[in-house]
Amino acid sequence: MTDSKYFTTNKKGEIFELKAELNNEKKEKRKEAVKKVIAAMTVGKDVSSLFPDVVNCMQTDNLELKKLVYLYLMNYAKSQPDMAIMAVNSFVKDCEDPNPLIRALAVRTMGCIRVDKITEYLCEPLRKCLKDEDPYVRKTAAVCVAKLHDINAQMVEDQGFLDSLRDLIADSNPMVVANAVAALSEISESHPNSNLLDLNPQNINKLLTALNECTEWGQIFILDCLSNYNPKDEREAQSICERVTPRLSHANSAVVLSAVKVLMKFLELLPKDSDYYGTLLKKLSPPLVTLLSGEPEVQYVALRNINLIVQKRPEILKQEIKVFFVKYNDPIYVKLEKLDIMIRLASQANIAQVLAELKEYATEVDVDFVRKAVRAIGRCAIKVEQSAERCVSTLLDLIQTKVNYVVQEAIVVIRDIFRKYPNKYESIIATLCENLDSLDEPDARAAMIWIVGEYAERIDNADELLESFLEGFHDESTQVQLTLLTAIVKLFLKKPSETQELVQQVLSLATQDSDNPDLRDRGYIYWRLLSTDPVTAKEVVLSEKPLISEETDLIEPTLLDELICHIGSLASVYHKPPNAFVEGSHGIHQHSADQFAIMKQYFSVLQVWLPATKAKGLEIAGTFSRRQGHMYMDMTFINKALQHMTDFAIQFNKNSFGVIPTTPLPIHTPLMPNQSIDISLPLSTIGPVMKMDPLNNLQVAVKNIIDVFYFSCLIPLNIFFVEDGKMERQVFLVTWKDIPNENELQYQIKECHLNADTVSGKLQNNNIFTIAKRNVEGQDMLYQSLKLTNGIWILAELRIQPGNPNYTVTNPFFSTDIVFAAHIARSE
Amino acid sequence: MSASAVFVLDLKGKVLICRNYKGDVDMAEIDHFLPLLLQQEEEGLLSPAITRGNVHFLWIKHSNLYLVATTNKNSNAALVYAFLYKLVEVFTEYFKELEEESIQDNFVVVYELLDELMDFGFPQTTDSKILQEYITQEGNKLEVAKSKVPTTVTNAVSWRSEGIKYKKNEVFIDVIESINVLVNANGSVMSSDIVGSIKLKTMLSGMPELRLGLNDRVLFTLTGRDKGKSVAMEDVKFHQCVRLSRFENDRTISFIPPDGESELMSYRINTHVKPLIWIESVIERFSHSRVEIMVKAKGQFKKQSVANNVEIKVPVPSDADSPKFKTSTGHAKYVPEKNLVVWTIKSFPGGKEFLMRAHFGLPSVENDEKEAKPPITVKFEIPYFTVSGIQVRYMKIIEKSGYQALPWVRYITQSGDYQLRTNS
Repeated sequence: MTDSKYFTTNKKGEIFELKAELNNEKKEKRKEAVKKVIAAMTVGKDVSSLFPDVVNCMQTDNLELKKLVYLYLMNYAKSQPDMAIMAVNSFVKDCEDPNPLIRALAVRTMGCIRVDKITEYLCEPLRKCLKDEDPYVRKTAAVCVAKLHDINAQMVEDQGFLDSLRDLIADSNPMVVANAVAALSEISESHPNSNLLDLNPQNINKLLTALNECTEWGQIFILDCLSNYNPKDEREAQSICERVTPRLSHANSAVVLSAVKVLMKFLELLPKDSDYYGTLLKKLSPPLVTLLSGEPEVQYVALRNINLIVQKRPEILKQEIKVFFVKYNDPIYVKLEKLDIMIRLASQANIAQVLAELKEYATEVDVDFVRKAVRAIGRCAIKVEQSAERCVSTLLDLIQTKVNYVVQEAIVVIRDIFRKYPNKYESIIATLCENLDSLDEPDARAAMIWIVGEYAERIDNADELLESFLEGFHDESTQVQLTLLTAIVKLFLKKPSETQELVQQVLSLATQDSDNPDLRDRGYIYWRLLSTDPVTAKEVVLSEKPLISEETDLIEPTLLDELICHIGSLASVYHKPPNAFVEGSHGIHQHSADQFAIMKQYFSVLQVWLPATKAKGLEIAGTFSRRQGHMYMDMTFINKALQHMTDFAIQFNKNSFGVIPTTPLPIHTPLMPNQSIDISLPLSTIGPVMKMDPLNNLQVAVKNIIDVFYFSCLIPLNIFFVEDGKMERQVFLVTWKDIPNENELQYQIKECHLNADTVSGKLQNNNIFTIAKRNVEGQDMLYQSLKLTNGIWILAELRIQPGNPNYTVTNPFFSTDIVFAAHIARSE
Repeated sequence: MSASAVFVLDLKGKVLICRNYKGDVDMAEIDHFLPLLLQQEEEGLLSPAITRGNVHFLWIKHSNLYLVATTNKNSNAALVYAFLYKLVEVFTEYFKELEEESIQDNFVVVYELLDELMDFGFPQTTDSKILQEYITQEGNKLEVAKSKVPTTVTNAVSWRSEGIKYKKNEVFIDVIESINVLVNANGSVMSSDIVGSIKLKTMLSGMPELRLGLNDRVLFTLTGRDKGKSVAMEDVKFHQCVRLSRFENDRTISFIPPDGESELMSYRINTHVKPLIWIESVIERFSHSRVEIMVKAKGQFKKQSVANNVEIKVPVPSDADSPKFKTSTGHAKYVPEKNLVVWTIKSFPGGKEFLMRAHFGLPSVENDEKEAKPPITVKFEIPYFTVSGIQVRYMKIIEKSGYQALPWVRYITQSGDYQLRTNS
């Protein structure tokens, strides 16, 4: 007889009957009744009213029955917190049971009962279980600490459970170690103090030992934890890599990916010219390829990660293009990912094979896949110059098939090919023009129009072709309208005599008959240009276009580095940093991301400088920025009062940098109640100077018809760093030497996980320039200069040790204040 | 870290059974899963990870069930999928088949297993042989003897219990090689590889130490042996029981085997393999009237060997009708629901060549929807032979009681993903 019989009772009075059965004298009857209750719970019936009766069955020596009662408790305790207390005694008793299976069951279930009132009763039993003689109980207790932390973090800390967990890392049993690591990692994810997992060389050694002995899942916990460790030098990095590499041969694909993560991360620390570096790179490729013979979901995760790995270290898989060839029965998500990687790996060496494959795919039936295949051919043409001609002829073949979406996609990529190789393939324009009528997608129409406009002088009937688009001008998408406008203007500049009428027509359509501001703006600009200065118009409209880049869809390097640290996780699947999709995440390796976020905030988010309560209803929020060599104070004024406000004015107090507004406050109309206005106030540094404390403090007075209000704000220093702050190399060397040692100042910037090049790039964006870079004993030394608006130069040496997130900055300078200032600017 | 909760759903999206491990994702979220999945499918954007708000559904499908894990963290996705497949494996070993009925028929055990397999989102003991020692299907037996934790659960050897006894000690070793081939329409081999698998059926007493010797090229190079008959394995994957560091150091495959059946290792060989059964096909389509198909199959392996149960599947247009076949051997059958002709040859000796012709009528009014171009696929099995030439040189079995044990080896080569694209 199977359990399905328990699902069949469906009559009225069922609950009542169950109640009676639960209180039956016979043990067997009670067990049957509990099974019925669980069955009812499984199909979604509310059986919470039976709580006391079920809990009464808890005191039993029958393990199966006990498990069922526990299961019931986990489900309903939350809805019956007062009654859940009834179960506490049993738990405490079960934690003392001679049978370790029952002790573990009790400690496991306890943690799942998420009722605050109960938790305090659980501390003593948990403490005992953490020191239990049976490893099965200890490994369960380790996880229970994480559960409890989730319910009441403070209590877990106060009770010293975190220390007990840390002690378990040295446990003799590998399973216990693995669970302790997992629990600590989980806790540290939500813990502000992320130094929980004290990763020192001794602990690392313990983890590496346990790695060889614990279950496959335990190996994953340990590997994921190891990947957060920063080895102190390359020797340590190499020795960890050596002990992690054997995991690449594990049958479990998740173990393999977690090992790949550790290795990819630590590769960064190994010297590129060492033999070991090369050996390790070679070892990474076969396991990655093998992942592609796994289940489709595993393949998908593998492919998304390979996509990252290929961008980070293309040399690993450059020989393996064939394994990414698409199979007929691959699920669509696998097909699309393989295609993406094929393009990334395409090179002169394999382009013939790749093209043959892509052509094959372009004749499949799945529309999305076919489109992507056609696009891929275009990308190959742009990426591998030698193949461009082959790609173009392949695309022409595809256009001949007349399959509508293939033709349209092909025309879009051909436009890009024209952009990349101007004046090379115009002979095919005639063929393209034949397909004009079949184009119904905006992208394709715009591409075709662009081509006609760009090569108008070689197309005899260009005017007719463009005119044909003009008829339904207002039904076109904005993209097509804009392109058409430009194309006709180009045509006019090339063949002015025949197309005067046409250009008039399009200009009036764009400026007079359209309500799209972009279109009208562009129309007016062309109109004025053409009517005032045709020569300049030619220079502007027919200017040489910058070449398009080969790899347009590369992931930004800092994001790529972050994603590499998350190999195997959802972040690597989505290609998004965890904080983009997880609420309140601060994982161990998210510091750089956090800092990045803060930096962005610093620039873009307005701070409330003057709250409405202090200014009779006027609220001012603002920030500072530097754009195209000018400084601005960007502000939003909000009227939260009941009357309108007029007569605005602004004034600054004397300040360290002599900042003054260069124009009056540009608010010319009254600000109505509940209305807000965004303004940008240009600034200069020609005003009176007075040293402020802190240095970048600015005191502001704002006046309106009601009153005068005062507030102060801090100016981010980087807006004072001027664009020409790059010192001549020679000058730098001389100046650096001339500065006496006693003027040198050193400090550290903590927890910054960027490499030298990224740092250099980021700083350059803020007008801090790298003059020279050298590598001394594995450390990157960056020599930098910046110039302030007042003409003062600041020089610095930035020392970056691979793997050490703390940077050392040496400033050989005289004014400590300025050094302090530079520090602020940098730590952003 | 991984899953907040795990669900088993039927095809309509109804929850058959579930387990909430962490309580940080609303269990009602699962109601959105199937509608989202269907929507993605419709848009052609199907993905194994579906997002709704801050909840992520990671799912797999098995027969008529969906197994879904939910999370709102940056979970280890590789681990979650591996775990879901492990669930399927464990349930299948418990209930023979994993389907709607078996879940309902065994819901008490399923709950017990879910409790044991994962704790707070961390996978725990997932070895079904060990689980079966303390979670049995008949709960009544449980209270008597087996209510102790088998020490195996937390042992470093977590896959084999102590005290196993056999009268006759034997190991059966199956070496199975699958050939994957992708051939282009013009007859050039686009990609090919061999995926090998060594499976054990262990019937040994006690805690035996085993060592497997293969003609592994890296090992031969290390020991300075003649490389002539060795095989270069591109990548090797081992069962949990094999000491990976030992293999990494000196290529020794040493282990304490799990009892009964298990896959000890798998390997991949990247060498260019000659397709063992070569297919040439001509598919001529005369619009509005007929399709003529000619398929020639050639056995490109040793004359002494024989391929068994060969199945050659040739695609035909979906609107084809009135099939006629002629074969030089075996028989051909039309499978209209799959738009295929299946040509079956029970025994196909090496070096031989066979021919099949098929003729189909086509309707005069043509279907103007574009049809997919499925490849020709081939299935076969060749016993007593490995295409790579891999050999088991020895299997050393040492147990402290000192018994003699016999290893038996069997070789077989079969088709894996074997596809030949057609021109039509």
